[in-house]
Amino acid sequence: MGSYIPSTPEEQKEMLSAAGFDSFNGLFSQIPESVRLSRLLDLPQGLSELEVRRKMTAIASENKVFPTVFRGAGAYRHYIPAAVTRITANETFLTAYTPYQAEISQGILQSIFEYQTMICELTGMEVSNASVYDGANAAAEAAAMCRDRGRTTVYVSAASHPDTIRTIRTYAFGADTQVCLVPEKDGATDASALKDLLEQDKTAACFFLQQPNYFGTIEDAAALGEIAHAAGAKFIMGCNPISLAVLKTPAECGADVAVGEGQPFGMPLGFGGPYLGFMACKKAMMRRLPGRIVGQTSDDAGNRAFVLTLQAREQHIRREKALSNICSNEALCALTASVYLSTMGPDGLRAAAEQCYSKAHYAAKKIGAVKGFELKNQTEFFHEFVTACPNVQKTLELLERHGILGGLPLPDGGLLWCVTECNFKEEIDRLAELLEEAEQE
Amino acid sequence: MNLPEELKYTKSHEWVSYLPDGSAKIGLTDFAQKELGDIVFVNLPQEGDSVEAGAAFADVESVKAVSDVYCPVTGTVQAVNEELLDAPEQLNKAPYESWMVRVGDISKTEELLSAGEYLTFLSGKEGD
Amino acid sequence: MNLIFEESRAGRGCTILPACDVPETALPQQFARKAPLRLPQLSENDLSRHYSALAKRSFGVNDGFYPLGSCTMKYNPKINEEMAALPGFTEIHPLQPAHTAQGCLKVLHLAEKFLCEITGMDEMVFQPAAGAHGEYTGLLLIKAWHHSRGDQKRTKIIVPDSAHGTNPASAAMAGYTIVNIPSGPDGCVDLEALKKAVGDDTAGLMLTNPNTLGLFDKNILQITQIVHEAGGLCFYDGANLNAVVGVARPGDMGFDVIHLNLHKTFSTPHGGGGPGGAAVGCKSSLAPFLPVPRVAEHDGKFYLDDNRPQSIGSVKSFYGNFLVIVRALTYLLTLGKEGVPQVAENAVLNANYLMALLKKRYQVAYDVPCMHEFVLSLQDLKDSCGVTAMDVAKSMQDLEMHPPTMYFPLIVHEALMIEPTETESKETLDRAAEALLELYEKALANPEAMHRAPERRVIGRPDEVEAARHPVVKYEYDS
Repeated sequence: MGSYIPSTPEEQKEMLSAAGFDSFNGLFSQIPESVRLSRLLDLPQGLSELEVRRKMTAIASENKVFPTVFRGAGAYRHYIPAAVTRITANETFLTAYTPYQAEISQGILQSIFEYQTMICELTGMEVSNASVYDGANAAAEAAAMCRDRGRTTVYVSAASHPDTIRTIRTYAFGADTQVCLVPEKDGATDASALKDLLEQDKTAACFFLQQPNYFGTIEDAAALGEIAHAAGAKFIMGCNPISLAVLKTPAECGADVAVGEGQPFGMPLGFGGPYLGFMACKKAMMRRLPGRIVGQTSDDAGNRAFVLTLQAREQHIRREKALSNICSNEALCALTASVYLSTMGPDGLRAAAEQCYSKAHYAAKKIGAVKGFELKNQTEFFHEFVTACPNVQKTLELLERHGILGGLPLPDGGLLWCVTECNFKEEIDRLAELLEEAEQE
Repeated sequence: MNLPEELKYTKSHEWVSYLPDGSAKIGLTDFAQKELGDIVFVNLPQEGDSVEAGAAFADVESVKAVSDVYCPVTGTVQAVNEELLDAPEQLNKAPYESWMVRVGDISKTEELLSAGEYLTFLSGKEGD
Repeated sequence: MNLIFEESRAGRGCTILPACDVPETALPQQFARKAPLRLPQLSENDLSRHYSALAKRSFGVNDGFYPLGSCTMKYNPKINEEMAALPGFTEIHPLQPAHTAQGCLKVLHLAEKFLCEITGMDEMVFQPAAGAHGEYTGLLLIKAWHHSRGDQKRTKIIVPDSAHGTNPASAAMAGYTIVNIPSGPDGCVDLEALKKAVGDDTAGLMLTNPNTLGLFDKNILQITQIVHEAGGLCFYDGANLNAVVGVARPGDMGFDVIHLNLHKTFSTPHGGGGPGGAAVGCKSSLAPFLPVPRVAEHDGKFYLDDNRPQSIGSVKSFYGNFLVIVRALTYLLTLGKEGVPQVAENAVLNANYLMALLKKRYQVAYDVPCMHEFVLSLQDLKDSCGVTAMDVAKSMQDLEMHPPTMYFPLIVHEALMIEPTETESKETLDRAAEALLELYEKALANPEAMHRAPERRVIGRPDEVEAARHPVVKYEYDS
């Protein structure tokens, strides 16, 4: 059995006696007998480290690691530089608590300040928080930020990730408010439907748009944002972070709040988490931004110092009047994103984004040329796109046999493909050949 | 203790100044600002909001606390002192110049204290 | 030290990606970013040193004693990290077909099974990412349960005044009004106050047991009964489970819904503030409302079940902070049935031992045997020499110890809340006690020096007022 308890039985006896007890049992005298567990838990026997490693490794091997991935839909395989993995494994970064004690936590605080700066640079926004749980949660928190007085209804593009829509709906159930889906047409958000819906509603709090959207389409965000603003609603953009290197920034599109799923910035797929919810906004909304924010100040001697600031917005001070309950966030993932962005640098990040774009377009051309796999939409796209598929199950099984995770099956029978800088030309060519094969079978 | 004679006071440490048109400016007393310490932000209502006597209409933040500010009158907010949003330290530096809101259409007023009565109230508190 | 932006030099960088091997396609101008992309440009060596310097200016459990009350800063085992880094877990796409992700689903299944047994719950999910997120999820279950019975009038959640701030904040987000009830003179729930507070508008009660004073509420069965009889449900905040894990189970205390912080009791690291991991468990009557997707089993194969029409939906994407759950499972497999209760036994022993040593000089807020943590009140010290809980906490930093939680719970004046955890040795506790006792004498002899602490960290006390009044929240480039 493994244990991390240092005390020997002799020491335990000595400590018990020093504390005025004669047995472990006495320590729990406060707990009424009626709720004491009178048996051992029904758990397996504890294991040595070697046994645990064998067991966990065996469980891991029940998963299939696909050498080639053409699937995204909210979780993306990008290259993770070695520096990112190694630097963020530092034990102090890993085991530190939230930096409430500023003097002993300057390093963590500075890393968050640097992260906030990078998120602001990418989005064009003026204030970033220190992170929330993930992209879907960030979208729900952003919607909550925009609810104000009579304006409570949240409009969400139907071309958003289904998990994001579902999360916004769940949060609206909590807040007893309404969510209205703005229909999608031919792979993009239907602007005239948005206009019609908003024109009839004086309770519109905000409009959430995913960019690029769930189907990969680059939306005309600025125009959609204008429609939202004209109706007195705030405009939230949920952005793919890699695409921010090359696409118009949320600020350039007129967004009030920019959020997104930061996983592509150095976090592994990890079966869905931990990921990183990033959130940034215009200065006017700073006090409504949930979560921790690091600010710069100085100490008595004039040294530059960093602190958690604007804390009186937060739950530990404002309690039931806080706008959000968030406490723990995704700090280590935010650090991972900072190290990723610093390792890639401006040129590296732009190259990653441009390669995603070029390779996705190359792949779309190759796949779209296979009979039965025509592109479904004629819209501009970033690194994801939808094709038809004559036989989804047969196709995906064939690809799986060749170590390829194919596009994600959509409810309408299409496949949602994703191509990143990790997909080499030969893989894309091979994919197209296999699809030909699947079609001919 | 700085307690201008011409103002009225509440037991929850707000001051009230009646204007000739019947409206009232409301702020925090010198005692309140000292108790709160350095004020770093103030949340104010909006013009046109209804306020109710005895209910919180604003809050003030220090670094590690937030405190409600209670309205001594029922009425409608006619003006808010937006300068405080950028310079909350004014509430510490000049509490009686730093009015927070001006309330009109006053229909109900809580029991208000004179400067002398408020001073007596405060000296009773110190013994607590 | 410099910010990474100040270290940046145009033209430097790391070589990560090859040239593009397909014909390049240019993004049409109307979609293109206009703002410059200002990110740091550093060599890999400089980058590595920058972050090493940041780590040196921080303090982790690996650096020293970390008795932060209510945070359970126990040792984070290395094997957990290695298992969470296995490519068989890290390289799995969350939307892979279930037959290719049986190992991941088994992790979720086993963690659910073990943690249900530990807590006395019937079902458990891991989707919430942290404690507060788990509280929120649990409250939505309570809301959905009442609604499913056509009972919309229950709009209030009862929270004791000793609760963590997340409790009332989570309840407010779930659409509830909060009824705060005062603690009794013994620091526990005042039964009479509770009886007065409950009614046909009570949706439920949120309770931490042991509470934030480190006291186990001996009336727990009566408390949950009072709430149930009023038609409400009981939510267990698992923040302090470390005190009773393997010794008593929330399910046996009458709780209907619980959340657990995997990053407290189950040894996953705090990461400088996150990611955490939460589990939300419930009795079977509430299970239909759990977030989707749920892990289910059919013919020995696991799959994800999205078809749960009564579910509250989702509180985030996918299935939770999966790699955190891998760490917690590794820990549970290591400890096993005998090891789990030893955690509670030694956590409670260490707390009582340290309390006994400190009682020689310090005033304990509630002078009774504690559970995994205890609260000191430094009001007497402050009255006698002006040295505050903050001063003592800051002085501890100079002694290579992380300070305890300060000024919490709110009902104790000048509070220092100390939780040593089970993974600290007797010598560490002896040294900490000695240091704290010396600080007490120093406070009396030389209070001025205490106000100046810390003096041996990279900065002195920062000007938090200035930071809040004039927020500077990002680096400003010279443009």
